[in-house]
Amino acid sequence: MEQQNRSEKDTLLDARGLTKRFGDILANDTVDIRLNKGEIHALLGENGAGKSTLVKMFYGSLEPDAGEIWWDGRRVDIGNPAAARDLGIGMVFQHFSLFEALTVVENIALALPKPGNMRDLAARIAEVSKDYGLPLNPADIVADLPVGIRQRIEIVRCLLQEPRLIIMDEPTSVLTPQEADQLFLTLQRLASEGCAVLYISHRLEEVQRICHHATILRHGKVVDECDPAQETAASLASKMVGAEVIAVNAAKKTEVGAERLVLKSLSAKASTPFATALTNISLELKAGEVVAIAGVAGNGQGELFDAVSGEMPVAPDMIALDGKPCGSKSVTWRRKQNAAFVPEERLGHGAVPGMKLSENIVLTRHSTGDSLVGNGFVSERQAGELEQRIKQKYDVRMSHDDPEARSLSGGNLQKFVVGRELDRRPGVLVVNQPTWGVDAGAAALIRQALIDLARSGSAVLVISQDLDEIFEIADRIAVISRGHLSDAEPAAGMTRERVGLLMAGGAEAQGEVA
Amino acid sequence: MFEAVLLTVITAATPLLIAALGELVVERSGVLNLGVEGMMIMGAVVGFAIANLTGSGALGVIAAIGAGMAMSALFGFLVLVLVANQVATGLALTILGLGLSGMIGEAFIGVPGLRLPELYIPGLSDIPFIGPVFFQQDAIVYLGFALVIAVTYVLFRTRAGLILRSVGDNHGSAHALGYSVIKIRFMAVLFGGACAGLAGAYMSLAYTPQWVENMTAGRGWIALALVVFASWLPLRVVIGAYLFGAVSVLNLHAQALGLGIPSQFLSSLPYIATIAVLVLISANRRLTLVNTPACLGKPFVPDR
Repeated sequence: MEQQNRSEKDTLLDARGLTKRFGDILANDTVDIRLNKGEIHALLGENGAGKSTLVKMFYGSLEPDAGEIWWDGRRVDIGNPAAARDLGIGMVFQHFSLFEALTVVENIALALPKPGNMRDLAARIAEVSKDYGLPLNPADIVADLPVGIRQRIEIVRCLLQEPRLIIMDEPTSVLTPQEADQLFLTLQRLASEGCAVLYISHRLEEVQRICHHATILRHGKVVDECDPAQETAASLASKMVGAEVIAVNAAKKTEVGAERLVLKSLSAKASTPFATALTNISLELKAGEVVAIAGVAGNGQGELFDAVSGEMPVAPDMIALDGKPCGSKSVTWRRKQNAAFVPEERLGHGAVPGMKLSENIVLTRHSTGDSLVGNGFVSERQAGELEQRIKQKYDVRMSHDDPEARSLSGGNLQKFVVGRELDRRPGVLVVNQPTWGVDAGAAALIRQALIDLARSGSAVLVISQDLDEIFEIADRIAVISRGHLSDAEPAAGMTRERVGLLMAGGAEAQGEVA
Repeated sequence: MFEAVLLTVITAATPLLIAALGELVVERSGVLNLGVEGMMIMGAVVGFAIANLTGSGALGVIAAIGAGMAMSALFGFLVLVLVANQVATGLALTILGLGLSGMIGEAFIGVPGLRLPELYIPGLSDIPFIGPVFFQQDAIVYLGFALVIAVTYVLFRTRAGLILRSVGDNHGSAHALGYSVIKIRFMAVLFGGACAGLAGAYMSLAYTPQWVENMTAGRGWIALALVVFASWLPLRVVIGAYLFGAVSVLNLHAQALGLGIPSQFLSSLPYIATIAVLVLISANRRLTLVNTPACLGKPFVPDR
């Protein structure tokens, strides 16, 4: 353990033997962690390693079953988030902690114990946000703001509480590379002012870049501590997983074949105030290739997926599958044309939570020649066999045979919903966020399967917010921004900077010129 | 004639206004209480009974408010503490209220009622036309207007209102910030019950000072529709309540004038108007979506 250059007297928060149990699962098992003043401290671990549980105990939204928290040399009980805020602990949440129907200033006022007069608070917000290079308009309604700005609100909300420790849960997962750089500057400034930062991220490159120290959790236990600058991304990843992570083999694409999926000037109005309109999207997807669509969340990815899958009908000529116009055809019609679709939200959209896996298989594959339905009756035997096959091939782990979809962990369910479609060997596969919230080992398995499918002559369209993933598997990359899609360019000639510029609105400008 | 019509419109609109305002606050906190009709009818019967037994209209009104709150407390316990299904529980509350009120009220059928006095405000009440219409009403009418102002002010100008709206918009985040979602919602539900009880008291102590079984006659349901009609904004509840009040009064006058329209059709007019307005409102999805409490009807279980 590499502890020598971290002085004890700078300790701000010292957790000793923290334990939290949920039913049979030990989410945190006697965790020891020490955070210093002025330190950006990374908390690393796979999904389900217990990172969120640990920080929730620091923020007072969960109570530890055992263990002690020492704050500035004194033992404390953090019974609720208000107590945490009184100590000077602020948290920037991963998702959904803002109130969409309220304004920026109302959102911030809710988090402050004594917000005072709204007009004064608005002035203070404008001032502090500008000072830290995160400008905000206090009167904006959150629902109208893009994700990057929403995160600014959370950070400014934290800053106004004059925190001594800021906890950040995957802050960059929704940002463009340029926005992330701005965030790193803010964090470095906070650290230089003596504030401690506890930083949770799956992106090991950025951890290496900005963090001074790292604690690694696996299955609820601290397995290692290190200085990330002394490590490589690969060595950090293997510490997290506990084994070497297999590298995805993106065997060079052999030859692209015929056009299998064509989008021609695809446009659609926004169906709700919170949706994005699609404007003049064109893309040709050829047999044998993986095309990835990058973009920050909420720029029309969901709407594009719905149009391609058939959940949102558009004009017939806007979409063609293997040369047949199908913009207004149903999802089932498109599936019969040998297309397959995996939506972003696996529970509720990709799978029915209360149905067994075999029943979920019937839902997407009832008319695609798997003899799952005969004379109007479902063949449970056939569905069961398929379920077994998918389970083995895609390593879906379950406690008993054929469970309900909701009982699977997120990563396992993702393997199932992707595996269910891959198993058909579809000619065209469209998948939105294939490895969202999936740990490194399972992500590599899914990515490899997508590449293998393309190499066998299918066309694969991947919509993703994870640039590492995109550069790992894509042959061509397009970027979506506010419902405009840039031209798909060969991945070999793309850089992160260029993708970042397109994400931040360049795709729009390009779309308008085209 | 016009003066008389306007007076009856105010009396017809007042119970709708008060019950809908209460339900608006409940729904802004994210709870859907379909039991307004049941709470209202309990308010009507208890208010009538207590006023009749004690001879005091004020005691009757207070008892009616208490009855509405008791009903809503039952609802709140079931849906907030035991996390029962809100729709089913609300429907059950209405059925319970209708049955229970019939039982309590049996002794009071045909008993002459007590009418709440009209408040006379020197000066203002003497103004021709305006005076009789606006300043010779009973206390509940004035209370209704005061409630509109108070609810608007509290919801949109105070911290308590901000917290209430935040709980209705995103209960998970409100909990993460340290607000007690269940407690806040319980208070909102109690306020809704108090308003429904008061609206019920107005029915049996002012609108028609007598007890008739099922005398609220679907007004609780109209109040529920009004909240959606008003897209959860108190001032629009006023417009809606008066619109519906006017339609029901038109019905009475049309019958009195002997127009050749079947009275059944006229009686159904408010309900047809409700459906028509709901269709029109939902055509403008942006308006509805931005104001709709996003957590409306969703159960909340803290993960502690």
